[in-house]
Parts: sequence; structure tokens; C-alpha cells
Amino acid sequence: MSVLLEAKNLTKMYNSRVVAVNSLNLSLESGRIIGLLGPNGSGKTTLIKMINGLLTPTAGEIYIEGHAPGVESKKRVAYLPERTYLESNMRVAEMVDYFQDFYEDFKKDRAYAMLASLNINTNAKLKTLSKGTKEKVQLILVMSRDADLFILDEPIAGVDPAARDYILKTIITNYNENATILLSTHLISDIENILDEVIFIRDGYVVLHTTVEEIREEKGKSVDSYFREVFAC
Amino acid sequence: MAWSLDSDRPIYAQIVEKLQLQIVSGFYHPGDKLPSVRDLASEASVNPNTMQKAFAELERSGLISTQRTSGRLVTEDVSMIKAVQETIATEQIKAFFEQMRELGYSKEEIIALLKNAIEEEK
Repeated sequence: MSVLLEAKNLTKMYNSRVVAVNSLNLSLESGRIIGLLGPNGSGKTTLIKMINGLLTPTAGEIYIEGHAPGVESKKRVAYLPERTYLESNMRVAEMVDYFQDFYEDFKKDRAYAMLASLNINTNAKLKTLSKGTKEKVQLILVMSRDADLFILDEPIAGVDPAARDYILKTIITNYNENATILLSTHLISDIENILDEVIFIRDGYVVLHTTVEEIREEKGKSVDSYFREVFAC
Repeated sequence: MAWSLDSDRPIYAQIVEKLQLQIVSGFYHPGDKLPSVRDLASEASVNPNTMQKAFAELERSGLISTQRTSGRLVTEDVSMIKAVQETIATEQIKAFFEQMRELGYSKEEIIALLKNAIEEEK
């Protein structure tokens, strides 16, 4: 197992006063499914945006397979943002072609297989789809890449429980053994059985980075109840 | 349908128990081929690495073995399967006795209750 992502003393300040991410150190290995968990405003999305080169760190460094966030790292990272960015006037099939053009590692047949099993009409314009269906389409597009690192920001929040199960199964069956999936969510109990590791983050710090089985073994608790204990208000 | 697993106990240990039970109860027969790690992980909705760890544990105990060409097979050693069955049965009986004792029953009373229950089942 090799180091896929490394963050050193990573800091992000907004308006030179608000510290969203505070001297954060993190090292992620390949071949893992990792949950990024923390209360609202803990810095999850800021961290994710810095990894994807959408925000510039105030201080510190990030390397993805040795590359700072940029063109090279974006070839290797598939990113699902928390908000939709799809062009609402395009049809699903057009969006698939768009991704095909954009990413070398995009697998069109994989996308179509997933769209079919979720009964999504590929001829429909995106603006005619429900919020949940749009989220499914977006996740399918992201998961159809052969990336080394998948970063999913709240991937299952808006979809129904049945589709949630399907999506989790899709993640388990599709991801290749050398890829790592980093996903942020509040729905811990729904996803904790598929995780290898969890990162608890608060006030821009990593407060815990461990394997989920270690939490169960040492604390005799589910990740969900341990999270509630650590972050009790 | 995902397997029902408790999130507050190590998942791999629960998978080991579940697979042991499936072997003992004859869901998988001696010499049967097991599904792949990934298929079973997907069925159970657990992480493939966790399933892998459960398989490794079962291999260590000898209940299953890896064949280079044909995947993972259930042992053909029937006496070993029988021994696992007895271990599980003994544990269950122990747990039952503990619960009955907590309810305040003596050994003799438990046996009498058991006899009654068996009679009623007939």
C-alpha cells in the first residue's frame, strides 16, 4: 500500500480571521474507503476543495501521488461536489458524452449500465429530473471514471434509502483495489459498514484517524455512536 | 438485501460467525466453492477488505482453503465441521443457561421447563 495523498500543515483562512482548516496533517493510503466525518463547519468541504485545487491553501502543502493540485492531479482524482454543476439544458446522454470527451479514464459502458439499473432515462433533460435523480446521475458520472482517488462530498444525502443501498453496492463492486474513496457524510450509520477508516475532523483539525474495526473493538461502539460521543454538544 | 450486522461489534468477526453457521447448517456443503470476496462483500454491503479479513480468519481455522485455480473451497473434513457445530451449540447453551439463571431459575427448574417445552413441541 502506497501513500496516495499527503497534506502537511495545511491551513485555510477566510478573511484572514476565520480559520477553516488549521495546520492539518493527513496521509491517505491507496486501496481504502475512508469516511471524512465532522460536524457542520468543521472544515470538511474546505479540505476537499483544497485537494481538488478549487481553493488555494493559505499555508501548507498537498500532494496527490506527488503532484500538487492541478492538471496532473485532476486526471487522477474524481470529485463529486456537494452541489450540482451539471448543465440543466443538456440531456443525460449528452452529459455522458461530455464526460467521455473530458476525461481519458471515463468508461461510457459503465455509466450506461448504472443508469439502466437505476431506471434513469438517458434522453431526459437534466432540468426535468428530480433532485435525487440529478444527484444519482452526477454520482454515476463520477464513479464511471477509473480514477485513483474518488472524493465524494455528501454523496448519498439526497437519495432514497433503496437507491442509497444501490449506490453503496456500486461503490463496493466498482472501485478498483488500488483506488481510494474519501467520502464525507452525516449519514454515518448508513455507510459505516463499507468503510475501512474514518477521519474525525473538528475546527479544522484531525481529532482522530483510525480504522472502523478498531473503534468497534476498543470502544465496543459503532462509529455512529462514537461520533455522537466525541462531538456531543 | 444487506446482511444484518451490529455496528458496535467488529464486522469481520460477525461475518466469520455467519459463514461458520452457513457451513455448519449445510447452506454450503463440504468441498463447495465460495463466492468471490467482492461478490460476497457486495451482497453483505460491507467493505471488501473486511470480507477478505473474515476469509483469512476462516482459512487460518482450516474451515476453508484457497485453491490457486478454483477459488475458495469449504473443507471436506466433516469431523472439523462437526467440531465447529458443537462449539457453537455449547456456546448457545451456555448463554441460555446464563439468561435462565438471571431470571432466577435453578438447574432442576430449567431442566423441568425444557422437558415441558419439548413435550409441547411434539
